[in-house]
Amino acid sequence: MTSSQPALRVSNLSKSFTVHAQGGLALPVLRDVSLAVSPGECLALVGPSGAGKSTLLRSLYGNYRADSGSIRVRQDETWTELVGAEPRTVLDVRHRTLGFVSQFLRVIPRVSAVDVVAEPLRRRGADPAEARQRAEFLLGMLGIPSRLWALPPATFSGGEQQRVNIARSLVVDYPVLLLDEPTASLDAANRDGVVELICQRRDAGAAIVGIFHDTDVRDAVATRVHEVIPPASSPPASLAGVSP
Amino acid sequence: MSGPVLSAYRVTKRFGGRNACRDVSFDLWPGEVLGIVGESGSGKTTLLNCLAGRLVPDGGSVAYETRSAGIVDVHHLSEARRRLLARTEWGFVNQDAREGLRMGVSAGANIGERLMAVGARHYSEIRGQAIDWMARVEIDADRLDDRPTTYSGGMRQRLQIARNLVSNPRLVFMDEPTGGLDVSVQARILDLLRGLVEGLHLSAVLVTHDLGVARLLTHRLMVMQGGTVVEQGLTDQVLDDPQHPYTQMLVASILPV
Repeated sequence: MTSSQPALRVSNLSKSFTVHAQGGLALPVLRDVSLAVSPGECLALVGPSGAGKSTLLRSLYGNYRADSGSIRVRQDETWTELVGAEPRTVLDVRHRTLGFVSQFLRVIPRVSAVDVVAEPLRRRGADPAEARQRAEFLLGMLGIPSRLWALPPATFSGGEQQRVNIARSLVVDYPVLLLDEPTASLDAANRDGVVELICQRRDAGAAIVGIFHDTDVRDAVATRVHEVIPPASSPPASLAGVSP
Repeated sequence: MSGPVLSAYRVTKRFGGRNACRDVSFDLWPGEVLGIVGESGSGKTTLLNCLAGRLVPDGGSVAYETRSAGIVDVHHLSEARRRLLARTEWGFVNQDAREGLRMGVSAGANIGERLMAVGARHYSEIRGQAIDWMARVEIDADRLDDRPTTYSGGMRQRLQIARNLVSNPRLVFMDEPTGGLDVSVQARILDLLRGLVEGLHLSAVLVTHDLGVARLLTHRLMVMQGGTVVEQGLTDQVLDDPQHPYTQMLVASILPV
């Protein structure tokens, strides 16, 4: 493995939100952020609430549109630029290289937990039976009782939904993983299971960027820390979360 | 890599001197689902009808890459060619299933008719495929010989979907496919469409005013206001980080559940 070569490289990334309902109020959030993550590394984003950690992570996934700068992901031995990329380029990178664990599961009506988890694998052309098996394995590992696997997760508890979400994002061995508070609503036992999974992925060569408020979790998974600094003209914390 | 399935170039349509849609350009790639969102009167249905050859635009062009005959200009085909294309390589799912179905013949005939358009001749084979598709859209096979007039709204919509997809189209146009249906019926159809679009690797253009439907079914979004596209991009990006004042207003108007 060419571990010296980063898997994700961010340079001079800037992002602001313009709220038209507030007369075009501009909220700068990220200014000139640069970082690089190599396979086997886990970079923890730290900084005060409202500093823009989640905004940075969502920008890296292409969920938020960067104003300027560069986000490059290594795929097929070349760099793919995500800033200003065509939607199908971003989707291709997401299918094959870039995984994201958000804080909340977006529930799809009528789709069972096991199918929610297996979907990213099936979309990559995996055999449906194999995809299902792998999904069941992950759900089991994350402590979701097997009697729930065939049910749609809409009625699950917050912690169960979050674990389904984690299983869905880890069902594919993504070379680059973005984790937004993956253990936020979990109890100690389930938290440990998630930490173990993240460490496995890291040690298997995934390049990881994450937000981990729980310092025990951060100490267990992170190999480095990146401080996100609020821009000088930072709005009060109550306004910084204005992104929808 | 193959080229776009459908290319719109500066498509413009005027009704009585007013622009219903103006200068709309985009490429639709294989396997891509493009959503067109906007309020009533934004021009999205007019655009869809221009794309599908049902309306002749006043300006611009629409190119479609056929399965075997290369790229054609949708609006310069003979009426017969265009109809053949619409029956064999395309699907069109109307909001009102009654417009997309033949209400006077059985459900089985509604599905079988499309198969015959693509050359199927053996009755037992056609019937077998019709039964298979009834199951795929979750309609009991014993309703095969009933007319759609005896079906509920949700069943009719599922039958319309089966009629459109049975002939294995490359490209499907959908106009508010879940509009006017109860929420639980809507969920079932959304789930069905999601599975079919993904499983059959369809390209699709979906018109909806419902941003939840757009999020579930589409990869990319175009936001229309007053006949023009004011914003476009990846679906989750447009909905989670809308840039244009109109898109921000639309997203902010979603009622939380």
